[in-house]
Amino acid sequence: MPIPFPFSAIVGQDEMKRSLLMAAVDPSIGGVLVFGDRGTGKSTAIRGLAALLPKMRAVDCPYHCDPDASDDYLCDDCRAKKAKNGTLKSHQIPVPVVDLPLGATEDRVIGALDLERALTKGEKAFEPGLLARAHRGFLYIDEVNLLEDHLVDSLLDVAASGQNIVEREGLSIRHPARFVLVGSGNPEEGELRPQLQDRFGLSVEVKTPTDLAVRMQVVRLRDEFERDPEAFVAKWKNKDAKISRQIQKARKLLPEVEVPDRTLEETSKLCIRLGTDGLRGELTVIRAARALAALDGHQQVEIEHVKTVAVSALRHRLRRDPLDESSSTHRVERAIKEQFGE
Amino acid sequence: MSQTAPLSGAADAAVVAASSPAIQAPAPWDDAVLAAVLLTIDPKGTGGVAVRALPGPVREMWLSLLYDLQPPGTPRRRVPLHVADGRLLGGLDLAATLRSGRPVAEKGLLVEADGGILELAMAERIAPGTVARINLAFDAGEVVLERDGLAMRTPSHFAVVALDEGIGDDEGLSPALLDRLAFHLDLTAIPYDDAVSCDYDLEDIQAARALLSSVTISDGQIEALCGIALALGIPSLRASIFACHAARAHAALNGRTTVTEEDLAVAGRLVLAPRATQLPPMEPPPDAEPPLPEPSEPNQDQDQSKDSPQEPRELEEMILEATKAAIPAGLLAQLQGGRLRRSRSRSTGKAGAMRNAPTRGRPAGVLHGEPRSGQKLNVIETLRAAAPWQRIRREERLRVGRPINRLEIRPDDFRITRFKHKSESTTIFVVDASGSSALHRLAEAKGAVELLLADCYVRRDQVALVAFRGQEAEVLLPPTRSLVRAKRCLAGLPGGGGTPLAAGIDLGMLIADSIQRRGGSPVLILMTDGRANVARDGSGGRARAFEEALAAARQVRALEISTLVIDISPRPQPQGRELAKEMGAIYLPLPHADARALNDAVRATTR
Repeated sequence: MPIPFPFSAIVGQDEMKRSLLMAAVDPSIGGVLVFGDRGTGKSTAIRGLAALLPKMRAVDCPYHCDPDASDDYLCDDCRAKKAKNGTLKSHQIPVPVVDLPLGATEDRVIGALDLERALTKGEKAFEPGLLARAHRGFLYIDEVNLLEDHLVDSLLDVAASGQNIVEREGLSIRHPARFVLVGSGNPEEGELRPQLQDRFGLSVEVKTPTDLAVRMQVVRLRDEFERDPEAFVAKWKNKDAKISRQIQKARKLLPEVEVPDRTLEETSKLCIRLGTDGLRGELTVIRAARALAALDGHQQVEIEHVKTVAVSALRHRLRRDPLDESSSTHRVERAIKEQFGE
Repeated sequence: MSQTAPLSGAADAAVVAASSPAIQAPAPWDDAVLAAVLLTIDPKGTGGVAVRALPGPVREMWLSLLYDLQPPGTPRRRVPLHVADGRLLGGLDLAATLRSGRPVAEKGLLVEADGGILELAMAERIAPGTVARINLAFDAGEVVLERDGLAMRTPSHFAVVALDEGIGDDEGLSPALLDRLAFHLDLTAIPYDDAVSCDYDLEDIQAARALLSSVTISDGQIEALCGIALALGIPSLRASIFACHAARAHAALNGRTTVTEEDLAVAGRLVLAPRATQLPPMEPPPDAEPPLPEPSEPNQDQDQSKDSPQEPRELEEMILEATKAAIPAGLLAQLQGGRLRRSRSRSTGKAGAMRNAPTRGRPAGVLHGEPRSGQKLNVIETLRAAAPWQRIRREERLRVGRPINRLEIRPDDFRITRFKHKSESTTIFVVDASGSSALHRLAEAKGAVELLLADCYVRRDQVALVAFRGQEAEVLLPPTRSLVRAKRCLAGLPGGGGTPLAAGIDLGMLIADSIQRRGGSPVLILMTDGRANVARDGSGGRARAFEEALAAARQVRALEISTLVIDISPRPQPQGRELAKEMGAIYLPLPHADARALNDAVRATTR
């Protein structure tokens, strides 16, 4: 596996980095979509994040079940074992960050009959796919807008239910599959299906920096990294570790972070002003704001937190208005200004 | 296209001298050779090269020179235009699997090219999905395979040589691919006689490679390369990174361990110049835009002079001079014409056009059965079906004393892939923009079309727009899914003039017919008041014009194209109804058409 570029060494792109960290603190935010210019470090950030996620406790099963989870979130084997022994043996493993590469076939994504065992031993066994591997972790799709439609369909279904149901080749299997969906892409290569876009909690637009000093810094660090990746990673190790600790602390703090009524009310007003469909927008804003507060070490969500996350949480939920020329980012920013003042 | 094609001698040279700055760029062939050398010295750092040229002796010469420079044993793999995923990424090796009775993986081209060169044939026409797969492997330095029951990650580093045989401005490589290749060469204007020499050999390459890791580049030099990229309007940061690598490789080639001005100039010429989208505003022409905004640098670092003898600003000017000399002469003309090279709108338009390629239908499960005409045996699924029975079949064969096949497949195991043909629907609006209609209804029609566009966008349908007025009909918008493009066309739709109804119907039908031939399903929506007054040949005369329109309508019916006629006259006329009848169309008089009612009607038709 190639050495990833350190997350902390990524220059600028604060919205993208912040959104990924929030999703790492609270997976229920519902994933991050990173769309934008070429060569802005979209993939780099996600691979860098994987390297600094704190480890997690997991049962030694194909789905690395959470030993503390309720029965509903365990796989069949673990549920049976727990019923028998009362507890489940577990150990520390890295949080899975699984690539769903373009060109993947359906059998590898959702799982299928284990061909090797079937051919050599004549056994009918299930070979878990990528969705199983991504359980409790991240599923990363680069160029998500080029993903084939039938894979998108399977993905939407699983992402909504948190369960993967496999019915093929005489197999009938269901297993838990909860993961943070992270997608990146460039809109010039093709549009994203609206249903899939809606599935992401946060959506980030990345742009190439136009400031000379920033650009120079990017090029210099990249150059240094490519010349000697090991030395570079060692140099940034402490900064990466600091972010890793920040995530851990924030996760502990998260259940205690309070959302004042006034903040809730203001958030609802903002969503009404923007005319976002359903309650998903509001929920995401609040969850993201809580995660951000936790990352800041705050016990309480402030209006500032809401203002910071609102654009990422709402810009992809606006109805397309063919008569409004302005970008959705601009529309959300305008509404925030109207709602909260300067 | 380079400016120094010495085809017709002095006259050309004079023109060139007048339009280019003081420094003359080296001959294009020499630069092409230099790019091949630098790529070979640092394939990982420079990514590769895009070569624009038709197949021919010059391109052959360049390619053979490139491969002569590679150390012995360097792999070379050529990716054909319509490469299948299994061949590109790898997958199950069927022959070996059948032979050994257990799954055997097969390497793909991307893995086979590790440590060498991946050549893309006719790269300008390669499918966007294929480009994306190559790019992902390229960026990650590994091939991630999740196919046919196999999961593998295989490290692979390769340089890409993309052979671009495009002609003219409209054809070219995908921007995502171009962005990842340091060098963009254009060999089209190089005469055969020039394509001879190469001053470098394998030994030079090996010496340079040995030196490469110790070559240093100063912060001031990096800043200069970044500054120039900005001045030339190059947004992607990869360009500056490539320029650093190219400068370093060039220093190593010349036996230096520090990058000099000369190396920077080469990097500027080979990497930055071909990407320029604007001319650097260093010497502003009279009453042009203000010069390049100086980045604020209040505290110039004092010890910066230690690693760079010159201030970045001066250095920048120096490289710019060299770079500018290599900027295609045509760029200036394009800029003056108000068009930017590789502008956003053009590339999105092209991506749209590519997506219009006939869709194959999507795999929708697997069926039990034998492959017959046109149906495809799904080998993997067939193997899966056969697998569980192997032990039993082996035992059976043993019992009857027949030789044991490693793997026994019976007709009962055959599986075929079922494809769901959701044929793409394209709504073609044929809008009457003539005087009579324009006055009454054009604004409303535009509103309706916009609503429909948004709707089609959500359903991922395509939309096309034909307008007729004056003497003729024209395609304002070829089938597209791009909302932005469609809106732009619509905004520019003028009204007034005669009503060449027949010409409008003809053109709409032509588009519908071609969509039908490609397996799509067109829906024709004709918005008119039916009062034709211009015949196909452009002459006036109400009677003949309407007669022709009716004839065109009958043809539409013959082609069985689903059609909706929306009568947009203030008071419904008999002509509209008659036209709809001849077309076999649904007729919808909308004396008080509002955009939303229209939208509902169209949705009902297209469903």
